[in-house]
Amino acid sequence: MTRTASTGTVATRRLGVLAIALLSLTVLLGLFVSDEDVVQGSTVRIMYMHVPTIWVAYMAFAFTAVCAAVYLSGKNRSLAWDRVGGASAEIGVLFVAISLVTGSLWGRITWGTYWVWDARLTSTAFLFITYVGYLAVRRLGGTQRQRAKRSAVLALLAVLEIPLVHFSVRLWRSLHQEASVANRGTNVELDGLMLFTLFLGLVSFTVLYVWMVLHRQRGIALEDAQSDKGLDRAIEQRRAESVV
Amino acid sequence: MTSVRSSSRVVRSIARKDLLIEWNSRILTNQVAPFALVVMIMFAFALDNEGILQRVAPGLVWLATLFSMLVVVQRSFSVETSDGALDALRVAGVSPSGIFFGKSLALMVQLFVLQAILMAVALVLYNVEISAWGVVEALVTMVAATCGLGFVGTLYGGLAAGARGRETLLPLLLLPVVAPVLIGATRATEAAFGAAGTELSEGWSWIGLLAVFAVVFGAVGSIAFGPLVDE
Repeated sequence: MTRTASTGTVATRRLGVLAIALLSLTVLLGLFVSDEDVVQGSTVRIMYMHVPTIWVAYMAFAFTAVCAAVYLSGKNRSLAWDRVGGASAEIGVLFVAISLVTGSLWGRITWGTYWVWDARLTSTAFLFITYVGYLAVRRLGGTQRQRAKRSAVLALLAVLEIPLVHFSVRLWRSLHQEASVANRGTNVELDGLMLFTLFLGLVSFTVLYVWMVLHRQRGIALEDAQSDKGLDRAIEQRRAESVV
Repeated sequence: MTSVRSSSRVVRSIARKDLLIEWNSRILTNQVAPFALVVMIMFAFALDNEGILQRVAPGLVWLATLFSMLVVVQRSFSVETSDGALDALRVAGVSPSGIFFGKSLALMVQLFVLQAILMAVALVLYNVEISAWGVVEALVTMVAATCGLGFVGTLYGGLAAGARGRETLLPLLLLPVVAPVLIGATRATEAAFGAAGTELSEGWSWIGLLAVFAVVFGAVGSIAFGPLVDE
């Protein structure tokens, strides 16, 4: 009774330590050891955070969709899938936000402006807003089953919507702008250490993501259990009243 | 054959029910259309320049449509959920896809009327000149865009139906999804109006995009609507 409910286990603690170690190594290599870029100078170091976070965010959203599909197609419809999918989307939104912020900081230095109406940037902003909406739907209220079903359908719709938005935004830009500014940056040749640091960044942010999702889904499970308990208690009270 | 006929009857009766409610309450003509008009006039205040207004008129028409659409979708589902009518329909054994297509159809009719008003207003207020073929292209654009908007509006309206705080949630959910319609319809209308030096022929590929959007969301909506309202 006195034991406080925790979202940590021995395994997650080890994973957390691993995430911290990997991120520290990424910071060390990215900020101090790896060379400056010939063209971009030190600003290239933003890439070690910017690129992995958006990759992990894509992965997170894809995983949310998989969880949604499993939840909707499964016979027993375990709410665990809903919680893991929701947790994954939350972390995904966080990572897209990090990617947008780091990207616009890089853009300010390199292009001289925080934002350009490039197709990729615009679709990423839409991606961000779409999943903010998904998270809002999760908080709509109702039973846990309602939440699970609504958000699962929405997660699958998002998978359909995002390519459509991306495609039409690309068409939109292709008429207004000859060559995309973002493409100039992608032709950079990466040397060995830079490439290694980038992949290290990807691995460490993935580990961080897994660690955060594990904690968060347990957090959601505790919240759900708490609300169930509250409901049970209320029913008990009403019963007690009716007996008297 | 019988099932096709009976389901098309369901679609028609649901659509007729919604339009009848609309006709009796006159919300569209007395509230939504005037709201859209005010939006169009406010645009003129904000972009106080004749040249700019003419160039951006197609985008303004569609923005005004999208904003008004939010109101119409809210309305379309508030009549269902206030008395538990949606549940009653489901209990009566009406197929979810029938409800989906019926409500979409009613929404499309309303949006089309609204669109026609807004287009006419744009022609007058923003001094847009349009050729005969331009009118045809604008009409096809309106039909294609309205189909897409009707399906998406019904789908996301159903998602938020019955939930607390849906009034504030719907715009957040709906506007990002209809971005392709805004892009496609604006470009096609630009071509129809000949705004920004565009040719008529440039519009048809955008109408293609609108048609793809409508078909995709029509198909997906008929599947996804059931699980959404079945609670």
